[in-house]
Parts: sequence; structure tokens; C-alpha cells
Amino acid sequence: MVSTILQVRDLVTKFYTLDGVVHAVNGVSFDLDAGETLAIVGESGSGKSVTMMSLLGLIPTPPGKIERGEAQFTTNNGTHDLLKMSVHDLRDVRGGQIGFVFQDPISTLNPILTIGEQISETLTRHLKLSQEDARKRTLELLVSVGIPDPELRYKAYPFQFSGGMRQRVVIAIAIACNPQIIIADEPTTALDVTVQAQIVDLFGRLQDKLGVAVIWITHDLGVVAGIADRVLVMYGGRPAEIAPVDDLYEHPCHPYTLGLLGALPRLDARESKRLVSIPGNPPDLLIPLQHCPFAWRCEYAFDRCWQEIPPLRTVDAAHQAACFYDLQKGGPRDA
Amino acid sequence: MATRQLAPTADSLLDVERTFRDRLAYMGRFLWRDRSGVIGLVLFLVVVVTAVLAPVIAPYDPLAQNLRDAKLPPAWEAEGSWSHPMGTDNLGRDLLSRVIYGTRVSLTVGFFGVLIAGTLGLVLGAIAGYVGGRVDTSIMAVVNLVLSLPYLLFVVVIASILGRSLVNVILIFGITCAPLFARVARGEVLRIRESGYVESAISAGAGSGRIIFDHIIPNLIGPMITLATFEMSAMIFYEAGLGFLGLSVPPSVPSWGNMLAAGRKYLTSYPWIATWPGLAIMFTSLGMNLLGDWLRDVLDPRLRRARK
Amino acid sequence: MQRYFLSKVGQSILLLVGVLVLVFFLLRLTGDPARLMMSREATPEQVEAFREAMGFNRPLLVQFWDFASGAIVGDFGNSLHYRTPALPLVLERLPATVQLASTALLMAMIVGIPIGLIGGFQPGSPADSLGRLLALLGQSVPNFWLALILILFFAVNLGWLPSFGRDELKSVILPAFVLGLPTLGQLVRLTRSAVLEIRGEDFIRTAHSKGLEPRVIYAKHVLRNVAIPLISVIGVQFGYMLGGSIIIEAVFAWPGIGQLLEQAIGWRDFPLVLAIAVFTSLAVLAINLLTDVAYAVIDPRIRYGH
Repeated sequence: MVSTILQVRDLVTKFYTLDGVVHAVNGVSFDLDAGETLAIVGESGSGKSVTMMSLLGLIPTPPGKIERGEAQFTTNNGTHDLLKMSVHDLRDVRGGQIGFVFQDPISTLNPILTIGEQISETLTRHLKLSQEDARKRTLELLVSVGIPDPELRYKAYPFQFSGGMRQRVVIAIAIACNPQIIIADEPTTALDVTVQAQIVDLFGRLQDKLGVAVIWITHDLGVVAGIADRVLVMYGGRPAEIAPVDDLYEHPCHPYTLGLLGALPRLDARESKRLVSIPGNPPDLLIPLQHCPFAWRCEYAFDRCWQEIPPLRTVDAAHQAACFYDLQKGGPRDA
Repeated sequence: MATRQLAPTADSLLDVERTFRDRLAYMGRFLWRDRSGVIGLVLFLVVVVTAVLAPVIAPYDPLAQNLRDAKLPPAWEAEGSWSHPMGTDNLGRDLLSRVIYGTRVSLTVGFFGVLIAGTLGLVLGAIAGYVGGRVDTSIMAVVNLVLSLPYLLFVVVIASILGRSLVNVILIFGITCAPLFARVARGEVLRIRESGYVESAISAGAGSGRIIFDHIIPNLIGPMITLATFEMSAMIFYEAGLGFLGLSVPPSVPSWGNMLAAGRKYLTSYPWIATWPGLAIMFTSLGMNLLGDWLRDVLDPRLRRARK
Repeated sequence: MQRYFLSKVGQSILLLVGVLVLVFFLLRLTGDPARLMMSREATPEQVEAFREAMGFNRPLLVQFWDFASGAIVGDFGNSLHYRTPALPLVLERLPATVQLASTALLMAMIVGIPIGLIGGFQPGSPADSLGRLLALLGQSVPNFWLALILILFFAVNLGWLPSFGRDELKSVILPAFVLGLPTLGQLVRLTRSAVLEIRGEDFIRTAHSKGLEPRVIYAKHVLRNVAIPLISVIGVQFGYMLGGSIIIEAVFAWPGIGQLLEQAIGWRDFPLVLAIAVFTSLAVLAINLLTDVAYAVIDPRIRYGH
């Protein structure tokens, strides 16, 4: 029986800056089941990264503030709300039960520490291993992420690795303590295409072996097709659409998703279709909106779209969309 | 169907194409937010105005000796009088007037020193950065040599060789500070070159001259002005140091350094000669350092991130 | 690492040659070094005799070779004033200046770095504002003037500290404080900005995301990276204090190389002046070299020639 290990409800995060209040996350809700891969897709500024960082208290709290929401995280020790945890307990979760893989491996790793040290310190921190045990385990981890000569590599520094290798190190850090969830924030964006495929592959293998759930944040729908079980599309700090991956590609219910799909180059396109980019710019998050954030760029927008914020509604089995327009029908949605 | 509108986007002030007026307005907002920058500007302007209006403001001729009224303490002390608010020195010259005229020497040294250093440094550094190769290596060899030397020591030695005159002091500072400007200019030129900016301009058909004037020089001005402000403050300090050792302008000229030298002699018996010029230097430096800090924050787009 | 070290040594040697050329050229800046060294009352015949004796009439290249080859082995000729070899006179004064500069540097580091750290870890706090004010004042106050004021206050009025000389242990306090003050200001600012910058780096975010204890993050990840630019500045500042102590030594009559320089200039004793200039430059070059080495030890990217 598949269990839900993470339940996020109505997360709202704002940043109080000198230029004004940035409404970065405006009511995000989603579930994550054990072992599944959930892709979170959106442009920069859609709030996808901030959402994840908020869950673990990793946003800078002088300008940032988690206004409300809950995030029920279920582990062997029961279910706890991440957003209500003390910092002390959160630190146990970070790295221990939820691992991170970030985008740019050269800046993500400390340039003056050996990579072996950077992996081992997680092990000594969470699993309370001795130096020697941590070292042994680190070598095993290096092998499992596909880094040859682990003995030699243990003492190497980040700048001595290629981009792909560095990302493998970051992945090793993320899985070191056998977490329930790995949050990967654009893990392949900064890598060459061939290396991207290798990393995606690695994730797949590790998931099979460890049964870890993955939240994969990206702006690239092309990558999503290969790795995700379900997809959450975000726009303007809000969820636009949530669906199983095949469903999303075949029956998109939000005009933004449609736009994203249209912008994908496809090998099976019959004629040479022009890539359609979505005209316009992302919304200015300084302005709290009372209407659908996508309305400006939407070719289906009608008067209701400008008057209310569309809530996330079930349109099909396991498929939700926040839109007043029914793409299948070709007109405003009933009720 | 609803008309498509372009959503308003967040202000992006890293845009080089901004008009001059926009930049000024942006700086104005910063000036208000950063009141220390205002303080710096005000202090600096006070010094400049004092220098310009010296003959008008100063109650006495700074060179006028009056041995009868020598060594008067400031007005608030017992033997002082308001006719000489800051007191007089060992030759009866009014201290307030001498401090006021001292601004002229300091600002002249600072301004022309920075002018020479900045121009020389900018040209050399820009050439080194733009042309590269052997030219770059040879210029930077000289630059690195000068920069690795103990500065005060060499300034003192050169001053002792050349003799006391205003022109000598200006030349010394101008030439010895040029390498610093050169290094900064070269760094900026390299950065611009590597950013691909120049390549695209060249491929768009722009000639060297146009590239230099439209693209490189505007980006150099910011760091140069910031450095100039700090260096001017440093030059005022070093001029005072030289004067203190008797190596700056001739002893008759009312410079703060010369006053400090005299003050040192009479320190225990009559400390006021030394006190006022030191305070004057301190306030001038303070103003220029604050101003320089503010300019650096405002003119360097990369640093703006850190302000928040 | 070896390659790095060797290349730095090579650069230093080239710089040393450059110093010798520069100093040689400086002496002849006014065209007539003999006139420079003689008093104003000297007759043309005396000047010519002096010029001949010092070898100033020989071809420049010969003079330079003589000067440079002598300098390398430590022979700068005789001091005009003391009539004994110049370099030993300088070396005799060296310990005093080293003592002064080291004390000043230590003071600046012990006070300045912690204040900068506080400012970097708690920006905007009252402690931070105070620290920045202190840094600003330290860099804006003309330190030799402050020396006069402090002498007046602590030595003359209060009598707690000696106003000149190097007789007692506490003689070094005032001069070291005043000499180190600009460096203190600089260290506060640099430490603060380095801490702020490093804290904003991605790898610190990674450290947090690993759930590491704050202590560990600060000590292992932040401070070690902050040390890198700090080492560089500390080295430079030490060189600056060694070479720039002349005014402070003059004010406090501190028997170091700086005071000797002031005296030598007064005596127009340029052989001695040159000896001081070359020796001090060499010392600064050596310190820079050491700093480069320390830099490479801390930053592996430099070590492996990245």
C-alpha cells in the first residue's frame, strides 16, 4: 500500500524587502507518496524553489516569512508538521531524512574542503558514525553514485572534478543518510545534455535501490517526461495544475501547461512546427493579485479570470487545475 | 477574447541602457536611504566651499605674524579672545585662518594628484587590458613593482630628494598612485572583454574607437571615481605626513602638515597649534571616506545585491 | 605547489632587481647626486671632489653594476654621517621596528577581527554599527596626529605611559596602538564584508541543508573561507607597517629604522637612506612571499594551480 509521506497544505511565504512585499508563494498544496517522483515545473519566479526551501526553514527569515500553511511529514517516528518544528528538530530532518541536490555543483560545494570530508560530515552528524566508519561509508557512497577510484577521489577537491562528477558527489551527500525524500532543485540544468541523461539515469537507479521519493524541480518539461510520476505546474507562486505525468502531456487542463508543452521541441512533430514561446513576462510578485496570475498572457482569459483567483479544482481522477476555462470543452468551466 | 497585456516586471537596474536622468534619480533614492553618504557629501562640500571662499571667510591673512599676540589659546579659555577663536600660533598667526587656508593646499594636492594618477593610470591600465600580450606584461610589471614597495617610505625618500614645493608633492602623489588606478582600470577592461560585450560589438561592426568610447569607458568611470575619492583622502593624509616631517610644501605655506610640524614642537607648552589641523584632516577624511563608501555601493551593480 | 612557490620566488627576484634599478634612478633624479648629498655651503671644488670620490662621474652602467652587486651582498657603502658601513646601522635598528610593527599588527588583529566577525554575523545590530563606526574612525583619523593627542593625554597629563623612547615594556603601547589603528579599521571592514559574502554563498546554503550544527557551519565552512582574503591583507598590512613606521617612530622617538630614516634625511646621508630603502623593500618583498605561501596552504585551488 502506497503511503503519503508528505502533505503540504496552503503554504504562503512572503519576503519583506526594501522594495516592497514579494508574494513568492501564494497557497501551495500537494501530496507526496513514498518512493514516487513528483516534478515541480515552472519559470523562474514561479515560487517552486522557495516552496521547497520554506518547508525546511531554509529561507532567510529577516526578509522572508512563512505566513501560514502546514507540511505533515511522516517518518518512522510519526507524523510532524515541518513548519511547526523547532530549528533544532528541523536540523535533524535536513540531510537526515530529507536530502538536497542543488543546481550548480561548483558553487554548491565548499571549494576548500575535500569532497570526502563534505560527504563524511553528514554521516557523522546524523548517523553518529566514527571518523573511520564515516570514511568507509563515504567510499561506498562514491561507488554507488558512479565515481571511480573512490580512495583517490576522497581526498580531492571540488575544482578537480568535472561538472557531472561534482553533481554525483552532491547526490552522494543527499543520499548518504538514507533519507525518505530527496529534493532536487534543477539538478541537471547546469550540466551538458549528455551528462544530464547520466544523472537522470543515476536518480532512477538510486530510487529503485533505496525507495526514496524525489521532488524534482525544473523549468524544463522535456526532462520531466523521463523521470516523473506526477507533475505539479506552478505559476506566479500558485499551483496551476497537478496531474500524473502521462495525463498532463495528453490532457493538459491549464493554458500555461499548454503553452509549456507547445514550447517543447518534439522529435515526432509531423510538420516543422514553429516553437511557440509564451509571449509576455512572469508577473511582478510585488503586487498581490486578486485575479488569475496568468490572465495577462492567456489567450483564453475571459472576464471571470480577471475578477477572482481560480482555486485548484479536481477536473479528473488525480488531476487538478486552477483555471476557470475548460480546454477540452472550449469554453468557461461549469460551476 | 481578452486583450493580451504585458505584465509589469520588477525593476531591473542592471540595465546599462538606462538614461542618465534615471541613474541620477536612482542615486538620489540611495542618497536618502544611506544618510551616511549624505553626511560624507556635506562634509566634503563644506571643505570645498571653505577652500574656494577662503579669502572671504578667513578673518586674517594666514601669513600675518603678530608676535605680541603669539600663543593665544582658543576663545573659550581664560586668556583667549573671540578675535582669535581658535587661538594663534608661535608667531602670532591666527589659527582659524591658517586652518581655512589649509583646505586649499590639501584640496589642491588631492585634486591634482588624483587627476594625474587617474589619467595616467586609466590610460596605462586600459591599454594593458585591451591590447594584452607583451604590452600588458611590461606595463603590469612596472605596476606590480611600484605597488609592492613600502609606500610611505618611498614617498618620503623621493620628497627628500626633490625638495619642498607644491608641484613636487603633486607629482609625487600623482605618479606613485597611478599604478593603483592602472590595476583597477585593467581589471575592469579585462572583465568587459571577457563578458563577450566587446565581441558582440565587434561582430556588429563597431570599430575600436567606438567600442572604447561607448562601451569600455562608461563602465570604467564608476570604479575610477570611487577609487579617486579614497585616493584623494589618502593623499591629503600623506601630504600632512610629509609636512609633519618637513618635506612637503615650503614652511611659509599654511598647510595642515606644516601646522602639525610646528604643533609637534610646542606640543606640551601649547597644544592648540597641533589640535586644529588634525581635526580638520580627520573631518575631511571622514567625509571623503563616507562619500567613497556610498559611491562604491551605488556605482557597482554587483554589490547592490548585498545591500538587501 | 612547488611550481607555485618557485614562480613566486622568481617574481620576487625580478622585483628586487626592479627595486635596485628604481632606487639607483631615484638618487639621480635631480641629475646631480653629489650636490644632493652635500650641504648648501659646499664649494664647487668640494662638490667635485666628493663626486669623484663617490664615483659619480663614471658611466651609469658601471655605477649601477657597482651598486647592485654591492647591494646583493649587503654592501651599501659607508654612511656619510657615521662613516661606518650603512647596512649594519640599519640592522641594528631592525629589532625595534619589528617589535613595533608586530605589536601593532597583533593589536589590530586581536581587536579588529572579532569586531568584524560580529558585524558579519549580526549585521545591523548595535554592535555592528559601533564596529563600523570604529573602523571608519580608525581609517579617517590621521594616526600621527592622534599620537600627539594621546601623548599629551596619557603621558603628559596622566603620566601612565612614557611619551617617547623604548626604555620600558609599556613604551610600545602608544606607538603600537597608533601605528596599528588604520589596519584595525581595515580588518574590521574586510572581515565583516568577507563574512557577509561567504554567508551568502551557495555552499553555505548546502551546509544548512545538510542539517549541520551552526557551530560547525561557522567554524568549518565560513571562517576557513574568510581566512583566505584575510591572510592576504594581514601580510600586506604588516609590510605597510614595517615600511611606513617612519612618522610614528619620529613622533615617539622610537629607535627603529624609521627614526634612522628621518635622521638620515636630515643629514643628507643618502647612502644610508638608500640602504634603508633597499633593505625595507626587501623585507616587504619577503613578507609578500610568505603571505603568498600561506595563501597557498589555506586555499587548495592555488596549491594545485587551478
